[in-house]
Parts: sequence; C-alpha cells; structure tokens
Amino acid sequence: MYQGWKMLELQGLTKIYNTGDKALSDVTLTIPDGQVVALIGPSGAGKSTLIRCVNRLVQPTSGSATLDNVNVTALGAAGLRKARRKMGMIFQEYALVERLTVMENVLSGRLGYVGFFRSLFRKFPQKDVDEAYRLLDRVGLLEMADKRADALSGGQRQRVGICRALIQDPSLLLVDEPTASLDPKTSRQIMRLIVELCTERGLAAIINIHDVALAQMFVQRVVGLKLGVVVFDGGPDDLLPEVLTDIYGEEDWEATIEKVDDEDEEA
Amino acid sequence: MPTLEKDGRKIWQVRTTKSQLIRWGAWLVGLAAFIFSWKEISDNTLWFMMDNVGEVVADIAGRATPPAWSFVFELGRPIWDTLAIATLGTFFSLVMAVPVAFLAARNTTPSKVLVRPIALLIIVSTRSVNSLIWALLLVSIVGPGVLAGLIAISIRSIGFCAKLLYEAIEEINVVQVEAIKATGASPMQVMAYGIVPQIMPAFAGIAVFRWDINIRESTVLGLVGAGGIGLALQSSLNVLAWPKVSLILLVILVAVVIGEWVSAKVRGAII
Amino acid sequence: MSAALEAKLGQAWKKPPFITNPVFRWVLIGGSILYFVVALGGIEVSWDRIVKGMDYGKRFITAFGGIFVALFDYIRDVFPWLSETFPRFFGPPTGNDPSDSRWIEIWTEKEIIKGLYESIVMTVASTVVGIAISIPIALGAAGNIAPMPIYLFCRAVIALSRALNEIIVAIILVAILGFGPLAGFITLSFATIGFLAKLLAEDIENMNKQQAEAVKSTGSSWGQWINFGVQPQVMPRLIGLSMYRLDINFRESAVLGLVGAGGIGATLNTAFDRYEFDTVAAILLTIIIIVMILEYLSGVIRGRVQ
Repeated sequence: MYQGWKMLELQGLTKIYNTGDKALSDVTLTIPDGQVVALIGPSGAGKSTLIRCVNRLVQPTSGSATLDNVNVTALGAAGLRKARRKMGMIFQEYALVERLTVMENVLSGRLGYVGFFRSLFRKFPQKDVDEAYRLLDRVGLLEMADKRADALSGGQRQRVGICRALIQDPSLLLVDEPTASLDPKTSRQIMRLIVELCTERGLAAIINIHDVALAQMFVQRVVGLKLGVVVFDGGPDDLLPEVLTDIYGEEDWEATIEKVDDEDEEA
Repeated sequence: MPTLEKDGRKIWQVRTTKSQLIRWGAWLVGLAAFIFSWKEISDNTLWFMMDNVGEVVADIAGRATPPAWSFVFELGRPIWDTLAIATLGTFFSLVMAVPVAFLAARNTTPSKVLVRPIALLIIVSTRSVNSLIWALLLVSIVGPGVLAGLIAISIRSIGFCAKLLYEAIEEINVVQVEAIKATGASPMQVMAYGIVPQIMPAFAGIAVFRWDINIRESTVLGLVGAGGIGLALQSSLNVLAWPKVSLILLVILVAVVIGEWVSAKVRGAII
Repeated sequence: MSAALEAKLGQAWKKPPFITNPVFRWVLIGGSILYFVVALGGIEVSWDRIVKGMDYGKRFITAFGGIFVALFDYIRDVFPWLSETFPRFFGPPTGNDPSDSRWIEIWTEKEIIKGLYESIVMTVASTVVGIAISIPIALGAAGNIAPMPIYLFCRAVIALSRALNEIIVAIILVAILGFGPLAGFITLSFATIGFLAKLLAEDIENMNKQQAEAVKSTGSSWGQWINFGVQPQVMPRLIGLSMYRLDINFRESAVLGLVGAGGIGATLNTAFDRYEFDTVAAILLTIIIIVMILEYLSGVIRGRVQ
C-alpha cells in the first residue's frame, strides 16, 4: 500500500449521541496524502457520523482527528473555520442552496477566504471567479453558470457540489454517499469524476458509499464499518464474500463481485 | 370494536361509552354557554327599539344615498396617509420582526433559555393587542395624527410577521446550512448564504400578506385619532353627514379590494 | 481549454438581477425610494407634543409594571403553596390580605369586570352562531359539491364579510340598533363567516375524492353522503379553526366597545380619555392573559383532534 505523508489521522474517535446511541467507537485510521478511501457499511454503521466528526459538523465525544498535523478536534471557532477550508465536503442530496445560482453555489466554497461584506455583495476576487469558471468547464456545466440550482438535474447538481468542494482548494475531500440519489449510469460518471479529480489534484478522500461494486471499481483502499467499529481495512480485491458477510450479514455475494469483474473488463 | 352487552347480545356502537359521554358533555357545555351568553346579550338589549329597525335602516339608507361624490376630492390626503401608514408600517415592522424571528427560532436563537423566551414574549404581547388599542395608547403619547397610526401598525405587525417568519426559519433544510458551514464560512456568512435564501419566499409572502391586512387596519385607525381616512369617517359620523359617510365607506371598500388584488398578484409573481 | 471558457476568464461576474428588464428594475427601485422619502417626509411630527407625551408614556410603563407586580403578589398570596413549591421563583409570601391587593382594587372599581364579562359573552355567542352559519355557507362555497348559483351566492357572502372591516360593520350596526352588545354580537358573527366559511370551503375542495366517492357509490342520500363522506375528513380542521376564531373574536371584542358595540373597549376608551393608566394597564394585562390562555387551550385541543 502507498505510504506517504499522513494527511488525516483519526485516533480513538468516538461519538455517543444524546440519545445514548453509540455511533462510532474508538475508530483509529490513517489516510496518507493523495489516497482515495471508500468507507463501506450498512446504514446506521456510522459512516456519515465519521466524516462529520472529521470536519466537526458533529462534535465527537472523544478521540481526535488530525488533519495535516493540525488537531481539528481541539480547535476553537476561528481555527475550526480555517481548518474546514482545507476539507471539501460533498453531500448525498447535493445540499446546494436551491435558490441561489450555480455560480453562487460554487463561489460559496470560497466563503472561508472572503470577508462578510464582500460575500454579501457577491464581490468575489477575480481569481476565484476564474477558478469557478474553470471548474464548471471541467465538469461540463459552464453554460449553466447563471441558472438557479433548482433548475438542474440530479447529476448536474452533484457536479456543482463537487465544484463547490474543489474551489475551497482542499487537501482532503469528505464525500457522503455521492451517488445515493442518482441513477446507476450517472452514479458511475460521478464516481469516476470524483476519483479523477482527486488524482489530478493529488487529493486524499474519504468516500462513504453503500454500493460495494462501485467502490471496488474506483478506489485503492476500502474500510468497512459495522456498528461504529472498523472491521475491515484493505485493498478492493481483498473484499471476499466472507468479509462482506461479516459487514453486512448473510447474502449471496458472488453475484455482486462477479458483476464487478465483468464491468472491469468492459472498461 | 366498542360493543355493548344487552340481553346477552352484543350491540355494535360507534364509540365507547366513555368517549360518547365526553362528546355529549362537550356539546352540553357548549350549548349551555351559548344559551347563557345569548340571554346576557338579550337582557342588555332594548328590544322595543327593534320594532322599527326597518324604518331606521330605510331612513339611514335614504339619507346616505346618493353618496357625496364631490367629497372624494377632499379625501386625497387622507387616502395618501392611510396608504403611508400601511406601507411604512409594514416596512418598519419587518425591520424589527426579522431580528426577533431569528432570536425566536429554535435553530438560530443564541440561547434557548434566556433569549428565546424574551423574543416569544415580544411576539405574544404585540400580537394580542389590537392595532386600535395600540393606536389609542400612542395617540396619548405622541399626540393625534399619522405618526401614532404608523407606530401602532408597526408595533402590532411585529408579532404577526415574526411568528410566521420564525416558523419558516425552523422549517429550513438543515443540510444546505451544513454545506455552507463545511466550507469554513463564518456564522454571518452561514446566515447570508445558507438560511436567508431559503426563507426569502416566505419572507416576501409574509410582507405582502401583512401589507394587505395593514391596509384594512389603517382605514379605521382614524376613529381613535391616529390619522388616515378613518379620521374623515369619524368627523362625518359626528355631524351625521350620511352622504359623506357612505362615500368614505365605498372608498375604503375599494381600497381594501385593490389591496387584496395587488397582494395576490405580487405573491403570485414571487412564489 | 474550451473557447467558451477562454471567453469568460478574466471577466467580472455579477449575480443576474432578479428583475431582468433594467428599465423596469430602476423605475421600481427609484420609485420605491422616492415614495418612501415622500411618505415619510409627509408625516407631521409635533416634538412639543411628544415631549409632553413622554410623561404619559412613562406613566403607562410604570403602571404596567406596577400592575404586573401587583398581579404577581396577588397570585402568590392567594396560592401560598406556590411559594413553597417554587421558592426561588415566587419568593416568600408578603403576608398581606389578598383582598387588599391594588390589582383587585383597580380591577373591581372601574367596571372592568362588567366590560370583560360582556366581551366574553359576546365572544362565545358570536363564535357559536358564526360557526353554525359558516358550515352551510362553506358547503355552498365548495366548488366540488355545490351547484353554480349557490356557489356564487355563498362566495359573494364570504367576499363581503372579508372586505368589510369589523369596526366599520360595528359602526353601521350601532347606528341601526343602538349601543350595546347586540351590535357587537352580530358584527363578530358576520366576521366569523368570512373567515371560517372560506377556509372550510377550501378544505372541502381539497378533500380526498376517493373517500367521498366510495360513500356515494353505496347509494347514500345527499345528507348521508355529507355526514359519512365529507364530514369526517374536515372535522379536525373545523374544530381547529373554530378554536382559532374564538381567540380572534375575543381580541376583536375588546375593541368593538370603542364604537359603542359593547365589551371592554368602552371602559378602555374612557380610561385613555382620562389618562387613567392604571386602569389601562390592568385591562391590557387581562386581555393578554386571556389571549394567551385561549391560544394555549386551542393548541391543546388542535393537538388532540389532529
């Protein structure tokens, strides 16, 4: 496995919700520079909680998350905002601000760098505007720049969401079920786009995904989560049926894995 | 299924005996309260005066027609004032209602224990008191005139607008807000980018809705001296100038209908 | 790099305006500002009067605070167990005789009780009658069940009731019927129709058609159809709206007295005329408390039936 600079290091990360539900228990994980990791597991395994604990949209109960030698868990409000700029997040339901235009949504990725009044009057630096245009062009949505976000299709919205995350100039991408609301073909296109962009820019990424076949197709490393505990950590080819049974429960996994092989040949 | 044993047979009933009793009880209490209330009103009414109601109506109708059409030219200023009270009052009330709404909404209030109850108190107290009563109070403080009406309408509308607005704030999509937070935006930027765009349609709807109501309310504020067309109505009533009264009532009716039409149009355009 | 991108790089970006036509946009913005300035500038402000009035304002606020404290003390003295159960909130009892309270004094001497009583009576009677009339009118105003002529008639009644301000109806009725609660009662009943029948009619128009059709298909008569197919669907909303209207009618009944149509408004008007701010504060506080209780009750009842 590729061993580089430690981009993200999770130490004993634990989250217990007010209801008493233990969503994460003692998760320890290291992600080197430029590595794309798929986080798999059944619903309720704590995948979403894990990536939200990294950028502290959810406050972890104990443990630490260290990004590029900065302990994010210990930061105050101002420091946290600065750290969040380095973590781009992509959401399941796109989470675009529906009533703003595509361009405003993309530029909102620069909010951490721009003062309040500049952002209020939409006076973003020219360099940010150019970068927004470049990213939109890269994902093929340049001519949509001034459309309102709610006029876009699901796949298009997710591309805008990707642009918003990338314009932050992050060193880590946190991706929460990017394909759950998309059809199979668009899902694959979006996954490919995310992984390509990560390679182009040398970004590390954690991708939550419930579609095992899709994960195996694109990533270098898979981490399996079950009831908040890491139960698997290895390459995509190490995902044997018995491993999947351990994570998800009894099921005929041969079909899933074979399908992946077929698709690899196609590609 | 609720059943009743009778002579060893089961008889089907819609409801259980207990809920049936509660229903009958509620009806009985309601009926008793109504009969009692009606008797009170009846006791306080001089019914022998009602014998010639028909004549009174005919008499007033006769005096009030035709309306004094030419008087309409003297109503320009009162109409302008009424419109100003409603429009500026809505504007100022919104300026005050927005912060109150953000302080009252569970998801944006800085403190649920300390600030939120105060914001809710402002909402309840301004809402429970009718604008005419606010006008009475303000006439005694700032003197009779448009200013008293304007302040009365502004205060009265705070609670109404803030209540609807804070309900809208509580219903926003939280994931969109999370997405803005995740970019490293400051709390003010989260407000401007994540929350404000989501509540804009509700805000515009509330503004127009309240403006429509304020047009109606500002037409009668003059009755207590707070300016506008109500003042002309009051002075015409005092001297029993029925043709002028009927004209003013017509003007008010037209103003209200136009207000409702405009508000429906604007709401349609925004949403 | 695509040509389209090259054309855009280096170009400033501006949010596309909400109103696309620039002429219309600037006329609208300029007109609004102009109106705002002219309308605001046209308001006469008599600073001498305001300076003088500030004294009244201060007296009102003092009176309101004083009557609030008096009410608080009264409650504590009447219910000693409150001091024992919530000692930090209520503090130790004053030990005064509750019947000597300033609150009670103001409340009893100035005809407040009589006015309030009349307001409540008017509210109850007019809400009941208003509901009773609203139901048939709502059925008639529902486009999906009423024939055209009846529909138009009922809609006209609703429109008239909504267009006429309560106070104006009350003025006319006082002129016809003379002073007293009868005018107020009729005013509020009439106003209830415009509110309740409109919302109820909309609810009937939005009801589930299949349920209603299923009942119709059993061969039921019109009355049975309404009773079994329509009524169960709209009943929760009818109860909720009625409670809400009870609340509104009480608030309105408080001002009808200003024009002689009975209720607490007349007392309030007199108190304002005489600058008796203690009485004013006592009445306002009572109104606010009753409205809050009604709002709470209607919330509970609406929660139960829905």
